[in-house]
Amino acid sequence: MPDFAEFSHFWVYLSASPLLGLTMTLCAYLAAQRIFVLCKASPLANPVAIAVALVVAVLWLTGMSYERYFAGAQFVHFLLGPATVALAVPLVRQLPRLRRAALPLGAALLAGSVTAIVSAVVVALLLGATPELAYTLGPKSATSPIAMAVSERLGGIPALTAALVIGTGIFGAVFGRYVFMLLGIRSDAACGFALGLASHGIGTARAFQVSPEMGAFAGLAMGLNGALTALLAPWLVPLVMAWMS
Amino acid sequence: MLAAFAVLLLFQCLGEGIVFVFHLPLPGPVAGMLLLMAALLAMPKLQALVEGAANTLLSHLSLLFVPAGVGILVAASSGSGHWIAILASLVVSTVLALAVTGLILRGMGAASKDGDA
Repeated sequence: MPDFAEFSHFWVYLSASPLLGLTMTLCAYLAAQRIFVLCKASPLANPVAIAVALVVAVLWLTGMSYERYFAGAQFVHFLLGPATVALAVPLVRQLPRLRRAALPLGAALLAGSVTAIVSAVVVALLLGATPELAYTLGPKSATSPIAMAVSERLGGIPALTAALVIGTGIFGAVFGRYVFMLLGIRSDAACGFALGLASHGIGTARAFQVSPEMGAFAGLAMGLNGALTALLAPWLVPLVMAWMS
Repeated sequence: MLAAFAVLLLFQCLGEGIVFVFHLPLPGPVAGMLLLMAALLAMPKLQALVEGAANTLLSHLSLLFVPAGVGILVAASSGSGHWIAILASLVVSTVLALAVTGLILRGMGAASKDGDA
């Protein structure tokens, strides 16, 4: 007969160590990848969204706290840094094309960045959101470290911004393809650049699922829009709010 | 593989250092990416060294966002009842940003090769 008291001791020990969070993250991701492949790589079966849902379900069922989970998952989270640096490799490969398209890319970057910031603030305010929430939403298309810093500087809620950045990333990665199809945007370069601009790293991850070329353009747009949002949002968001009131 | 990983970490450190010293509005890893681009252009030999590790890491980029994504669970309570405004803002603004960026690139003819997103 199994000894339940002993098992509960074991569970307490296991859930206190980083091992469990790390294992859960990897297994949830592998399951999500499997589902993604079974769904014929449809963007609707986004691996980030599925893996997050699986982990959230396990945390909810076991009552494990996010802090405990993150103690293990931080090892995976840490790799985002080196992975961002690694984007230089596909970028250098696409450099001749980037150079040729410098003007359109610059124009698209500026217009896309302003659109992302202004429309987020305008829609939120029109629907009755508080100024604090508008500040929180303004930088949501930028990569999370930048978005959180901008949100804090404006007077938003950085933790909520981080969650909205992830939401924006998943939404763009899932539905980007349908926006492009509707508007007849077909080239890998244009789709990739738009995905990286609007949906930062998660859009870039989606772009790499399609082709290395799309991924390179997405990574470039993510980096550029991060920098541009950091420059624009601190004065653009208050400007829009003054104009709206 | 290990050497390649060391190079990536080294450039991340360099990026963090430059951002810190010059107070740049960039995350350290993005600065590190730009520095590594410059280094790859100056030393094409470096490409062969980092390529394998870089491609492995990038092919599992989705995995790396899972821990931060689970954080939504924690932040969900701080939306203070304005969830419709928040979701509408997120959806509308993301669609508009995708559309504006993509249409400008299509209109200006930056797109030459066909593909499928």
